[in-house]
Amino acid sequence: MNKPAYPLQLDDGAPIVRFSNVTKSYGELTVLDALDLDVAQNEIVSIIGPSGSGKTTVLRMLMTLEEINGGVIYVDGRPLTHMERGGVLVPANNAHLREMRTNIGMVFQHFNLFPHMTALENCMEAPVQVLGLSKQEAQERSEDLLQMVGLDDKMHEHPARLSGGQQQRVAIARALAMRPKVMLFDEVTSALDPEVIGEVLNVIRKLATEHSLTMLMVTHQMGFAREISDRVCFFYAGKIAEQGTPDELFAHTKNERTKQFLSAVLDAG
Amino acid sequence: MLHYIEFLEQHGSRFVDGAIITVQQTILAGMLAIAISVVMGLMRISPAGVVRGLATVYIEFFRGTSLLVQLYWIFFVLPLFGITLEKFTAGYMAVGMNLGAYGAEVVRGAIQSVPRGQYEAAVALNMSPFKRMSRIILPQAVLIMLPPWGNLLIELLKGTALVSLISVADLMFEAKQINGVTFLSAECFGTALILYYLMARLVISPGMRAFEAAWARKMGRA
Amino acid sequence: MFDWKWSFTFEIMPRLLWATLNTLMAAGFGYLIALVIGLIFALAQRTGIKPVTLVVREVVEFIRSTPLVVQIFFVFYVGPQFGIRLSPWTSGMIAIGLHYAAYLSEVYRAGLDSVPKGQWEACRALNLSMQRTYFRIIIPQAVPPSLPGMGNYLVGIFKDTPMLSVIGVAELMHTATAVGSETYRYLEPYTMVGLIFLAISLPTAFGLRRFEEWVRRALGMNR
Repeated sequence: MNKPAYPLQLDDGAPIVRFSNVTKSYGELTVLDALDLDVAQNEIVSIIGPSGSGKTTVLRMLMTLEEINGGVIYVDGRPLTHMERGGVLVPANNAHLREMRTNIGMVFQHFNLFPHMTALENCMEAPVQVLGLSKQEAQERSEDLLQMVGLDDKMHEHPARLSGGQQQRVAIARALAMRPKVMLFDEVTSALDPEVIGEVLNVIRKLATEHSLTMLMVTHQMGFAREISDRVCFFYAGKIAEQGTPDELFAHTKNERTKQFLSAVLDAG
Repeated sequence: MLHYIEFLEQHGSRFVDGAIITVQQTILAGMLAIAISVVMGLMRISPAGVVRGLATVYIEFFRGTSLLVQLYWIFFVLPLFGITLEKFTAGYMAVGMNLGAYGAEVVRGAIQSVPRGQYEAAVALNMSPFKRMSRIILPQAVLIMLPPWGNLLIELLKGTALVSLISVADLMFEAKQINGVTFLSAECFGTALILYYLMARLVISPGMRAFEAAWARKMGRA
Repeated sequence: MFDWKWSFTFEIMPRLLWATLNTLMAAGFGYLIALVIGLIFALAQRTGIKPVTLVVREVVEFIRSTPLVVQIFFVFYVGPQFGIRLSPWTSGMIAIGLHYAAYLSEVYRAGLDSVPKGQWEACRALNLSMQRTYFRIIIPQAVPPSLPGMGNYLVGIFKDTPMLSVIGVAELMHTATAVGSETYRYLEPYTMVGLIFLAISLPTAFGLRRFEEWVRRALGMNR
């Protein structure tokens, strides 16, 4: 895991996220198999594939919610899963993880809003408690973000009073309040009723077009992925089976498995 | 009936005195039990095996032996080790330590019932473990643990009756004393039972329900 | 300070062990009484006759919410007030039996309530008598979810037997106290009492958990 094959630091101009020979297993089951994946700054990457292919695990490992079993993940030029000790890479301790985590934000499939706080409080919580912002600064920042996602009239509501689509938009604002360099979206519309999916996708579209943010999305919304992504990766059995621009992947599919997957998804409508 | 009213007029104030001591014991034991429960409950889910083990030993010991045995041990045996407690203190400490063991399991269960997504969202937002637990997990756990705590507090109240056996002048002690003089056992112990019942049903249960409602409102859930 | 005399401990062990037997018998009988009366309490609340349900409900609540030790004194001393002499053993059994009957009735109620309504309806449709319905269909299904509660109270009743010492029942705690006051040495007797309790309650609790699993499997209900 910490062999010299992995540099202590990446050069300038390196991708903002790099998975280098990353392996993840749960006991006998290998979920990610020696994965190499680069994401450039401000790139928007969609990850698609069947369940069990490892796509969510990629995001969860980047968010340090899962431990790594092989390889190294780099974020913004520095190792995330490891740290330097006396010239070699060793597994990261908690302090290092906390330092690196500030670069990454995540929106979850099931929103995970804090039920005992209002939308505004949800957004303000981490900036105040983690970044040490004053209540006023955090409030201004949060109000702006909630306005951007179209929820300034619901700022003082608790999650229980918000629809799924509204909750997810608050979740996006909450993650953005930490000003991460990389935003992760883990199937953020999969738990939503069809009629509110659009409002969430609109917010993501806005982020993609109006803001410079590196985004990694695991999604089943093929149309959306095709529309806003710079690159699409098709995962199969813990590896990237095929990747390319939306046009390349969707219109000029090369890999058999990708073709099968895409036609199955299109059949389901 | 008239006979009973006479009885109450004559001895009522002693019952009240005893009840006051019982209330004091209950409150002190309760505070101790809550403190122990939170500490032991958190220790039980610590990643450190030693910490977990210590909590498990405490919990299994106090749950596996009876309160009466523990009370006698604290009052009669601890002095041999140089720790002599005044009987009032020994009383509520024994009750508090005993109920604390049961409470620890309630606290642990409640913390583990908070949905895992809450923990993950807090990690994603880079909150420290302490802030995570104190600002996100525990407030939600409190709501979950309130109903079982209502029952535990009634058990606490009942447990305090045992301190009369080390001569603390609580409600049961007074009842026994009056019985020794008047031999009107039905009136004496009956009155004591009624007073305990009133404290449990008219104070503790509604009190806990009100607290639950207030907490739920604070959590935006009412 | 730490003045443990092993010779003394071995001397008193036979007496303590006999008393343990007494304790186990008290717990056993008390539990049996509680099992039966508890069922009566539970079924009485399902008769559909409002006054009966209400009265039994209040009685159960009263017993559950008041200290066992006070109830023990009540039963023991009230008898003589009205001319009935009850032995310590008998009063103890009555008090502890009633007390735990109240707890068990709640366990039974929860178990009975957990049986899906559809079961009752099927029995009605098949024209089964109330007796058959209860004993062959409902109660067997009410048993597995009730077992954890019943097991807890078995361990609980065992741990509560020391309260009988206050009216002179020669169980373990009482014997230890007697030894203590005879010899002025409380350290060994009380410590051994604690250890004996642990030695019995911990394995029992463990064994009960295994028993629950076994019953679940035997009745084919792995919910």
